[in-house]
Amino acid sequence: RFPRLAIKGSGPIIGKVDGPNPKPRLSLTSSEPQTRGRGVQLLSQVLQQCYGNLQESEVEVLVTFYENRLKDHYVIMPHVLEGLKALTKCLVLPPGSAVSILKSVFQDAHVQSLMLAQRSCVYCILINLMDSREEELKGLGSDFVFGFVQSMDGERDPRNLLLAFQIARKIITQGYEMGKFTEEFFEVTSCYFPIDFTPPPNDPHGITQEELILSLRAVLTGSQRFAEYLLPLIVEKLDSDVQSAKVDSLQTLAACGSLYGHKELSEFLPGLWSSLRREVFQTASEKVETAGLSAVSALVASLSRSVLSSDSEDVLHVFLDLILKDCLHHLAEPDLKLVWPSAKILQAASNASYRASLKVMSAVMPSLLEQYNTQTQVSLLPLSDLELSVHHLTRLVLEEQDAQVSLAVMECCGALAYIYPEAFAMRMVPRLKEAIFSDSNSQQAVRRRCVTALASVSSQPSLVQESVPVLLQILTSAHTGMGSYFVLCHSLQRIAEQAGQDPEVGQIFHDIVIPRLLGLAIQAALQGEDSSGRNSLLKDEAVLSAIVPVLSAVCAQMHIIVFFFFSPFNIFSYPLQLLKYQSYIWSFHPYQAHPDSCYQTRTVCLLMACVCSLPRSVEIPEVDRLLVELEELSFTCLHPFSYTSAAKCFAGLINKRPEGRTIKTLLLRYHPLSTSLTDKLFSLLGDSELASHAADGFYLLMSDSPDVLNRGCHANVRIMYRQRFFAENSAKLVQSFNSAVPGKRKAAYLKALSHMVNNLPKQVQLTELPALLPLLLEALSCPDQGVQLSTLSCLQPVLLDPPAALTTQLDGLVARLLALNSSPSMKVRIASLRCILALSHLPDHLVLPFRAKILQALAVPLDDKKRLVRKEAVLARGEWFLLGNPGR
Amino acid sequence: MSGGTRLENANPLVFQRSGERLLTATDEDENVADPIDDREIFDLIRSINDPEHPLSLEELNVVEQLRVNVNDQDSTVAVEFTPTIPHCSMATLIGLSIKVKLLRSLPGRFKIDVHITPGTHASEDAVNKQLADKERVAAALENSQLLEVVNQCLSSRAM
Repeated sequence: RFPRLAIKGSGPIIGKVDGPNPKPRLSLTSSEPQTRGRGVQLLSQVLQQCYGNLQESEVEVLVTFYENRLKDHYVIMPHVLEGLKALTKCLVLPPGSAVSILKSVFQDAHVQSLMLAQRSCVYCILINLMDSREEELKGLGSDFVFGFVQSMDGERDPRNLLLAFQIARKIITQGYEMGKFTEEFFEVTSCYFPIDFTPPPNDPHGITQEELILSLRAVLTGSQRFAEYLLPLIVEKLDSDVQSAKVDSLQTLAACGSLYGHKELSEFLPGLWSSLRREVFQTASEKVETAGLSAVSALVASLSRSVLSSDSEDVLHVFLDLILKDCLHHLAEPDLKLVWPSAKILQAASNASYRASLKVMSAVMPSLLEQYNTQTQVSLLPLSDLELSVHHLTRLVLEEQDAQVSLAVMECCGALAYIYPEAFAMRMVPRLKEAIFSDSNSQQAVRRRCVTALASVSSQPSLVQESVPVLLQILTSAHTGMGSYFVLCHSLQRIAEQAGQDPEVGQIFHDIVIPRLLGLAIQAALQGEDSSGRNSLLKDEAVLSAIVPVLSAVCAQMHIIVFFFFSPFNIFSYPLQLLKYQSYIWSFHPYQAHPDSCYQTRTVCLLMACVCSLPRSVEIPEVDRLLVELEELSFTCLHPFSYTSAAKCFAGLINKRPEGRTIKTLLLRYHPLSTSLTDKLFSLLGDSELASHAADGFYLLMSDSPDVLNRGCHANVRIMYRQRFFAENSAKLVQSFNSAVPGKRKAAYLKALSHMVNNLPKQVQLTELPALLPLLLEALSCPDQGVQLSTLSCLQPVLLDPPAALTTQLDGLVARLLALNSSPSMKVRIASLRCILALSHLPDHLVLPFRAKILQALAVPLDDKKRLVRKEAVLARGEWFLLGNPGR
Repeated sequence: MSGGTRLENANPLVFQRSGERLLTATDEDENVADPIDDREIFDLIRSINDPEHPLSLEELNVVEQLRVNVNDQDSTVAVEFTPTIPHCSMATLIGLSIKVKLLRSLPGRFKIDVHITPGTHASEDAVNKQLADKERVAAALENSQLLEVVNQCLSSRAM
């Protein structure tokens, strides 16, 4: 038949087929199936290109031709389907052709015995026809659905399934008649539920499990008529052991909620509820729980919406009664596990609608209120219990030697004293005082615990009033050892910090604490001059340094415009007067460097503590004169502690001046002069003697110093000064390192670099580190513990998300980290173990080769003498054990 | 936990977790050696996951600090654990998890004894015997399914 068309026709396509070469026509009629196939293939390819140019009569002939070809040899089938697919895209498809194509396809092409691409072709033919000839297809009645069900029955390819689900969805939404094939239709689609699909590695088609799940769910939940099949199926699949199947089932159930009403649901509610209850009560997975709770909400919402008929019972109440019956009693047992899941289910139900919420609330609230009332009655201690508690706590402070218990006791005292200050002021403070000053059994440890306890309870002004005099009395007492001294200063600092800006406590510090501390220090300094003087601890630099944070905390926090600020030069004269030492005022010259003695100049650190912590708004009188004196002292004094204090004090003051020199001060403010000073420091790195000191200078520049120039002291600290400094200088440093002679000087560069990197904020580190990695690895073998520690703490976050460059250096890294496990410093051991732990999270194939070696090496730190090291070793070894093992 | 089966004890009593061990000054002193004590052993085992519930052994009161006994000098550790119900079928698995955790976390010099708190389980002797038998423990860990369950109990991830 076709040759006739080719002769008669004059359209462009016929021309092509007939064309200069008569072969195709001969091919189409050839008795050899392979040759016929090639002919049909050519024709179909042509049609795919130009189906839009065909006329209705041509299409009619072609359709008839292709329908006949469907009966032909199976090798021709693929090309026939391609051709039909092209024809179904024609807008001029004659009436009746759609139905006849479909009938032929359903009848002659046994779809599931076709290859993947041809099955896809069939689905496309269906989709094309459904798009353009909906009315005609509906004329087929339920035969269309039957044909489709037969075609897709057994489909396994995910690409084709997406097409098939698309057709199924259209059948439902466009209202094709299913008739007696409803159940078949449901079965042929629901047999894929729940979807279990893992895309192949380097998946070329980009089909995800999620995509399949959603398109199948749209089919299954698309019609109320499926309810009687779907709901039992969901109950059945909820019994599955596979977590994703449970989640899918629960989400599908929730999706039903929007369409189903009580008519569909009522019969299945008891079964659904018992499955939902089991999932929420027993699951270990948050996903399952969340999905279960949404399903409960969706069901309740759907039941709340349903229209009731006059003779039906309210299914919402029936369902809520089921829930309440199983959940309510668990709320009364708050110590048992099921209280939380029960509460969550009740919340989910009552969130769904006003009506549900009303019913749940009226059932739950009385029981909750009753529990609330019975529980709150115990929260206030009756007086007798309180006295007993204070008594016991006091005894524990005095007697308990275990450091752990003692710490807990202190915490407890602090918490209770905040609520009941009177009880502690009356019952605890006097007994502690007695214990501290009794000569007989004044063991150092007991006294230290008493001092710490006094600081812990001093949160309220009334208690500070009681405890501070006791603490100050110890300061002056003869048998105060060095150790107690630190505890004492720390306690005073803690009290000042706890009080914050409380004016009453501020007044106590202003009137009593500060003058006494300054006075004692001056007294000691003056006595130091004449060698006959009593040997006071306060001459010790460490002790002086311990006072600094106390003063600093007071001046920074309490905003006391301190008495001595008529002039900072009076800072020491006021306490001298207070101590009735006026005569000494003339012999006390803290700013004058003295070649032999440093006792007086050292007290400059106290001046620093006060003036450098004040808010910027406080104007310091005679500050210019003070600066000159400090500068002079810092350059002329030979005594390190004194000149450092003077320099720090100088820096602290400069930082707050409206226009301002030391290097750090300026760096904090981005001052242009800072660059030239930094360059000086760089050149010192190359100096063979000063290199190490210069490297430490970088630490000084980048870190927060505790006593001056931090935000707590109201210093002018610009944001991101560290990043800026790093950006300006790191390249310079790396370059100098590469050109330096190996040995000590290289080490100094590494030290400077590690100080610089370590003080950068973590986010900046992560972006900068990959480039610096080789240097950091080298720094790990540097013998300086400080460098090791700061390098390890830089590396650890990088290992969690390692740059590609690292993978080639793993061998060296592992060897260096393991070597650091035997460092004499516990901090280094801890840091290296943390890095080893981080390594276990790298991709298995990279780290598995090291597993045996590392497990063996980690057995050693399991027996470290320090508990903190053992703890890290246990964590790291545990993770390395799991590596590459089932159940990880 | 399989979805279809009923738990043996679906609504167990839940106990409060103890906090992290508080740091003391001696913990950070390089020169002081910290002996391995009861609390340290308890910290190793308290966070082991129960095979059935999403709860730790501590929360179910299966392990308690006072049932841990360690002697650092003699290198011995004894741990008693208490199944939540006397016929708990998971007892052996829980015991095995404790034992494996200790084997992985303690220095090799320790002799580790894990057994059921006397009088708290129906087949106490049988379970104790299994746990004490080195070869049976080793054989159990050769079984990859069993190893998987034990590793799940020991892993720190929360599902």
